[in-house]
Amino acid sequence: MSTYAKKQGFGATLWDFLTTVDHKKIAILYLIAGGFFFVVGGLEALFIRIQLAVPNNDFVSAGLYNQIMTMHGTTMIFLAAMPLIFAFMNAVMPLQIGARDVAFPFVNALGFWLFFFGGVFLNLSWFLGGAPDAGWTSYASLAVASKGHGVDFYLLGLQISGFGTLIGGINFLVTIINMRAPGMTYMRMPMFTWATFVTSALILFAFPPLTIGLVLMMFDRLFGAKFFEVSMGGNTIIWEHLFWIFGHPEVYILILPAFGIFSETFAIFSRKRLFGYSSMVFALVLIGFLGFMVWAHHMFADGLGPVTNAIFAVATMAIGVPTGIKIFNWLFTMWGGSVKFTTPMLYAVAFIPSFVAGGVTGVMLASAAADYQYHDSYFVVAHFHYVIVGGVVLALLGGTHLYWPKIFGTMLNETLGKITFWLFLIGFHLTFFIQHFLGLWGMPRRVFTYLPGQGFETANMVSSVGAFFMAAGVIVLLINIITTSVKNVRVGNDPWGDGRTLEWALSSPPPFYNYKQLPLVRGLDAYWIEKMEGKKGLTPAEPLGDIHMPNSSFLPFMMSFGLFVAAFGAMYHGEHGTWAFPVLFLGLAITLGSMFLRSVKDDHGFHIHKEDLMDDDEKGVKA
Amino acid sequence: MHVEEKFTHETWPASPEKATLEAKNKFLGFWFFLGGETVLFASLFATYLALKDRVPNTHQALAKDLFELPLTFTATMLLLTSSLTSVYAMYHMKNFAFKKMLLWLGLTVLLGFGFLGLEIYEFNHYVHAFHHTFTSSAFGSAFYTLVGFHGAHVAFGLLWIITLMARNAKRGLNLYNAPKFYVASLYWHFIDVVWVFIFTVVYLMGMVG
Repeated sequence: MSTYAKKQGFGATLWDFLTTVDHKKIAILYLIAGGFFFVVGGLEALFIRIQLAVPNNDFVSAGLYNQIMTMHGTTMIFLAAMPLIFAFMNAVMPLQIGARDVAFPFVNALGFWLFFFGGVFLNLSWFLGGAPDAGWTSYASLAVASKGHGVDFYLLGLQISGFGTLIGGINFLVTIINMRAPGMTYMRMPMFTWATFVTSALILFAFPPLTIGLVLMMFDRLFGAKFFEVSMGGNTIIWEHLFWIFGHPEVYILILPAFGIFSETFAIFSRKRLFGYSSMVFALVLIGFLGFMVWAHHMFADGLGPVTNAIFAVATMAIGVPTGIKIFNWLFTMWGGSVKFTTPMLYAVAFIPSFVAGGVTGVMLASAAADYQYHDSYFVVAHFHYVIVGGVVLALLGGTHLYWPKIFGTMLNETLGKITFWLFLIGFHLTFFIQHFLGLWGMPRRVFTYLPGQGFETANMVSSVGAFFMAAGVIVLLINIITTSVKNVRVGNDPWGDGRTLEWALSSPPPFYNYKQLPLVRGLDAYWIEKMEGKKGLTPAEPLGDIHMPNSSFLPFMMSFGLFVAAFGAMYHGEHGTWAFPVLFLGLAITLGSMFLRSVKDDHGFHIHKEDLMDDDEKGVKA
Repeated sequence: MHVEEKFTHETWPASPEKATLEAKNKFLGFWFFLGGETVLFASLFATYLALKDRVPNTHQALAKDLFELPLTFTATMLLLTSSLTSVYAMYHMKNFAFKKMLLWLGLTVLLGFGFLGLEIYEFNHYVHAFHHTFTSSAFGSAFYTLVGFHGAHVAFGLLWIITLMARNAKRGLNLYNAPKFYVASLYWHFIDVVWVFIFTVVYLMGMVG
């Protein structure tokens, strides 16, 4: 009999998820936490649109509006989009390269818990005196002077969750370089794996400048440093540079995995090899590289000088070229294919015109001279929502439908899925298309209200109605998730019937060790090759043998919890020194103590014995 | 090769830091981590250069008033030597000479403490002789943050190496702890390289103007 029988009961399941180091379970944790924050950020968006629906509205006050607007941006970028992307990377990438887990399973769990506690800390600001109110970019000229502790919650919360993202990036890089199955050369890797690879490299080099920016501002606000205090020799532009040296690569960190999900979707449902695979890889790497060369286009109006602005304008426009390569390759993938319009495919097809619209306004904004007109208007708001919602969010929703069976073993309902899609797509264009014109007509961004008679009324009302369509779409998705989970109709290895890459050769969900025998990869779309030769499974690359697996651990939770506690101490040490300093040291002691335990206690993992694997096999035959 | 296997001088592999998959992952992952650390320090250097000598009034000390070559040169020599001793330690690790490795690591730690002591003395000197503090000017904030971040890295490295030495003192080398010693020494070298840049950019360039 197998010695790895599943534990039962809610407590056991909870403990399992608190201590797990399995990439598939960590993916589920990321999906739940990211989904929760997505709903929170969505509610904040609804409050914004209710406030702006009519002129001179007093649904929320000006100060509260600033908090909601700041938290909407911060939550959506750092606590919804990033973790949801990490959910898919964790769920799919190790399977796609034929690995049994990521390179550092313990670090993977640590990354999740750091993100989670950082996100919880940031959102506790709502209940502890007010949320940050200096915008998601938190420019120093505003943020250093912001009253209360709102901005401190931003600084400490993002610092903690940023560490989690950084170590996650390193983990994925090492996994892809060292853990690929025999025959999985770089140019045979699925596009989503390539996207994960390039994204992780961007994370590695983009997050440290944010870390430093946050540290400097924390020192200014909490420990009396003078980095951004002009009268003491400081300079607020330093924050803008550090933030955007992070911030611009960050938008590629978000969109490249979205490109990866869509590349998989187009190939699967066109039932055709991805068109121009090599040029897709080239374009991906080029976008990643250029992504670091363009940050100052966020600062055109700062007065950095015409030469600087011109260089960054040209570099920005250059990114349109590799992006165009990708768009045409997706179109040519569909061309002549036997296209099936499933829910994920609908998202992929809708993504192309939506994202191109966002790209076109991007090139408009890139021209520095014209940017002085668009700057800080609703045109900018329309632009970045077209690329982020029209690109990233459509990919996340499409990816949710595409990979749901692989993660949970049951299919989301297609009819409800298509209803979600249409509600969301119509709502998205209704909300944001009109905002281009609002911007061109002169409505500034980040204002809490406007006066009647300026010609903004109808457009704002249209925009607000659109937001409710998107909300309705998300509600249908939640209903879909609940009903399919209750019905729980189990599906086989390849529920879409046209899977091309390795993950579709495994059961849904895969066993905790993923591959009983590591597969032999004989070309791009390895599983498709096997299917075309009439084989049911993959060709093994090794004889059946013992499998080495990592141990579960509660330490990642404790390390992250320690920082969470310490952050409260750091924040309140100014006015509540008597208890804040002990709390700061207690928190750091928990974190460092857990690190010390991890260091001195040997963790060799365990082995699944060959005999137990054979048991599984026989059971499978009987059933 | 199994991580808990007992080795002799003859059976010890040539590159124990890369002999198992776990070790290979650790080796590569740590290099990536150092890549991220490089960007971290680059951001601090950029901030320092932007805020160098930015003080609110003419009474405050500037870089050329503060820095003295004998002190920082001594600190530099201590840290550079500690990098050399950690190289010897890794040489003995690769030769399965555990006791010798501990000896050289011990020397590394002593030199590291010497460096840290000098840095504390230096900071104390600036605060009391020049009233150049963390909060006195943007220059002060940038200086103490850059140099202090490096100092904190040195302190963490010392804690790390001492923990490793104490934990493994009784059981000798195996393929589980050899990569740990190796990445700790990589980290130590990295700290040393950062200091070379600090010595040049902050102190030497500071003294000439």
